[in-house]
Amino acid sequence: MFKILEKEVFSPVIKKMVVEAPRVARRCQAGQFVILRVQENGERIPLTIADFDREKGTITIVFQEVGKTTKLLGTLNAGDYILDFVGPLGTPSHIENFGTVVCVGGGVGIAPVFPIARALKEAGNYVISIIGARTKELLFWEDRMREVSDELLVTTDDGSYVRKGFVTDVLKELIEQRGKENINLVLAIGPQPMMRACCKVTGEYGIKTIVSLNSLMVDGTGMCGCCRVTVGGQTRFVCVDGPEFDGHQVDWDILARRSATFRQEEQRALELYTGQCKCGGGN
Amino acid sequence: MAEKKEIIPKKHPMPVQDPRERIRNFNEVALGYDEETAVAEAKRCLQCKKEPCRQGCPVEVDIPAFIRMVAERDFEGAIKKIKEKNALPAVCGRVCPQENQCEKYCTLGKKHEPVAIGRLERFCADWELARGVFPQEVAPPTGFKVAVVGSGPAGLTCAADLAKLGHKVTVFEALHVPGGVLMYGIPEFRLPKRVVQAEIDNLRNLGVEIVTNAVVGKFATVDELMEEEGYDAVFIGTGAGLPYFMNIPGENSCGVYSANEFLTRVNLMKAYLFPAWDTPIKVGRKVAVIGGGNVAMDAARTALRLGAEESWIVYRRTEKEMPARHEEVENAKEEGIKFAFLTNPVRILADEHGWVKGMECLRYELGEPDESGRRRPVPIPGSEFIMEVDTVVVAIGQAPNPLVPRTTRGLEIGKKGNIVADPATGATSKPGVFAGGDVVTGAATVILAMGAGRIAARSIHAYLMSKKA
Ligand SMILES: Cc1cc2nc3c(=O)[nH]c(=O)nc-3n(C[C@H](O)[C@H](O)[C@H](O)COP(=O)(O)OP(=O)(O)OC[C@H]3O[C@@H](n4cnc5c(N)ncnc54)[C@H](O)[C@@H]3O)c2cc1C
Ligand SMILES: Cc1cc2nc3c(=O)[nH]c(=O)nc-3n(C[C@H](O)[C@H](O)[C@H](O)COP(=O)(O)OP(=O)(O)OC[C@H]3O[C@@H](n4cnc5c(N)ncnc54)[C@H](O)[C@@H]3O)c2cc1C
Ligand code: SF4
Ligand code: SF4
Ligand code: FES
Repeated sequence: MFKILEKEVFSPVIKKMVVEAPRVARRCQAGQFVILRVQENGERIPLTIADFDREKGTITIVFQEVGKTTKLLGTLNAGDYILDFVGPLGTPSHIENFGTVVCVGGGVGIAPVFPIARALKEAGNYVISIIGARTKELLFWEDRMREVSDELLVTTDDGSYVRKGFVTDVLKELIEQRGKENINLVLAIGPQPMMRACCKVTGEYGIKTIVSLNSLMVDGTGMCGCCRVTVGGQTRFVCVDGPEFDGHQVDWDILARRSATFRQEEQRALELYTGQCKCGGGN
Repeated sequence: MAEKKEIIPKKHPMPVQDPRERIRNFNEVALGYDEETAVAEAKRCLQCKKEPCRQGCPVEVDIPAFIRMVAERDFEGAIKKIKEKNALPAVCGRVCPQENQCEKYCTLGKKHEPVAIGRLERFCADWELARGVFPQEVAPPTGFKVAVVGSGPAGLTCAADLAKLGHKVTVFEALHVPGGVLMYGIPEFRLPKRVVQAEIDNLRNLGVEIVTNAVVGKFATVDELMEEEGYDAVFIGTGAGLPYFMNIPGENSCGVYSANEFLTRVNLMKAYLFPAWDTPIKVGRKVAVIGGGNVAMDAARTALRLGAEESWIVYRRTEKEMPARHEEVENAKEEGIKFAFLTNPVRILADEHGWVKGMECLRYELGEPDESGRRRPVPIPGSEFIMEVDTVVVAIGQAPNPLVPRTTRGLEIGKKGNIVADPATGATSKPGVFAGGDVVTGAATVILAMGAGRIAARSIHAYLMSKKA
């Protein structure tokens, strides 16, 4: 059992929790994730480690409520317990001094970008961060991202805050402005379509781009192959070989299709959970 | 034996759930002997002086002795006799490939059917479980701490034996449930999880601490367990959990599962109870399972229970070469599993949404024997044909889990990614580190893993005691 020490509600659908998990906190690094199970009949879901405190033995997670498990997790409060919490999983981000790095975080993807941007800055990189969300309410950690970035650019899809536009628009402008030779690496984390769009932009300029893939997972230890993706024509397991990959090598179509494998079942679970089942039958 | 015995040529049949019933539930198929049947079956045994059956058992259970006790209705004595050698009789009695082990060497089997040794073993174990496992003696604390990595049959056995010898044992398990393949792989209908749970409860009663959600190599390495957490010795029993894929086009389509994923969703995550349990599984109308071992058989029978209209085993050799337990092949046939022998897919075809719609297959014929002694399947040129299926489960084997081998300093690793360990002691190339089970041998059997755990426990004890001296 893993105790929730703090909870912060960023928006009605995005929440942050600080969880007591000393074994995970002891060795985790930027780019790694945990898998948790809220209760006995629950699903195992992966969430990125958004921050950690080795001294206090805590892990911070930030999640968006999209289905049954994340909604259920969202109902828990400080003092409650999460049944299972395993990590740190995945290969840590490759951190070195690349020069100038652009870190792009879209929506809830801002959370996983944060520890990586921080590590990149600590390694001596010049970090330019771009964060964006659909609307002002969904934006969070602007202050924390500013702390770990040399420059921070903010955007909202609907223009409700700072400026109107997608993170890809900002990214393109930035590359045009600074020149592609002055950007050594791009890191993009967010929804699949956003990461794919970022790769399309950087592909045109030939700038290496790292993405963090959010495939379906079960065990998260390389045992089931559920998380497999095609990268550079080869099958790779996101949970052990990743989650970070060269975005220009990823077969995004296969990833998107495999992610939708259980869409109907997910929908059904969500409807049953929220008590809106319109299917008429079942028990 | 003075009196002349009347020979009963056939085993007493195992009572089973009706096939038409059982393909609609996940309850255990084989129901077990009752006392009368067990005693009658035990009386078939000839009590051979040379004990050939015993030599067929990898852990040398004293088969004639325990069977004699069953015949004499001394069930308590019988289970104690079994447990002298076998720590998991309720499991082994159900899942050992007896036809290749103990029963293969049974004298009675030369002319007739062998004594149903496995069924009798199961009977004794269940008899005990129904009465609550008898308490075991634990030696006074030695002051030594041992870490056991992985809680499959190898780890469970090693931990229990070490605890009885008075060592402080902590088991680290990556998943949220201990038990290894017994919990996540072998289905409920073949090995009820309450049977495994009883073994795990027994371990806790012996004072063993079980830490779940603990992936060694991630939260701490084996070196760190020894250097920072003060473990005096480590046993590695992390199994062979890395699924092989066929590496053919279309294998990453939706609806293609590894057997591990398919069975883990169903057994560990209880997807057969969806939506009461949250983890989903999807099977289509026609399922093809590639492979011919126990894993393939389990996947095909599971698919049927999940509602598939047709469930196929697609195997590139013939029935004779299938490594699956004989009893399970019979059960599968009774349930209506279909078999495509001498067949193997070369390509998986997907529809416009990326879902499996068929497999392009080749037909095979058997050629010369290969290094395994089985005749090698050779593809017949031009024999391509399309098999229409909407779900594919790949069950062609598993490799040793690479995580611990890769993150432990000074551990000798074999060609197949296995940990190299002395079969007589379980000792690895690293002092204080022992290993056994599938991570050493590659995917094998429960009884071999258990035996390896037991051997390692003995030499870990000797290693620790020599440290003390
Ligand atoms: C390595 C990794 C790290 C991750 N890190 C994070 C993280 O830090 N924060 C975070 O929030 N998430 C993260 N995710 C994603 C997270 O794991 C999933 O959001 C979570 O598993 C969803 O579980 P669920 O039961 O709530 O939703 P599910 O029922 O499993 O369904 C969720 C998915 O179904 C789709 N979906 C659900 N409802 C609808 C709908 N009405 N219409 C269309 N599509 C719909 C969405 O695509 C969604 O992703 C990560 C994933 C991976 C693999
Ligand atoms: C579907 C299926 C059916 C089978 N049927 C039969 C049968 O009928 N008869 C038979 O005799 N055999 C059968 N087998 C084979 C048998 O189950 C195995 O040989 C046996 O379980 C091996 O035992 P083990 O202890 O070595 O490993 P496992 O049972 O694989 O257990 C290893 C454990 O270690 C854990 N682990 C792995 N890595 C780590 C890590 N880094 N840190 C912590 N924990 C870790 C795993 O999660 C797992 O729980 C079957 C196997 C499968 C998959
Ligand atoms: S452990 Fe297995 S091989 Fe040995 S006697 Fe029992 S069933 Fe036979
Ligand atoms: S070989 Fe068969 S008949 Fe002889 S003692 Fe063993 S079980 Fe009994
Ligand atoms: S989630 Fe099972 S192998 Fe990656």
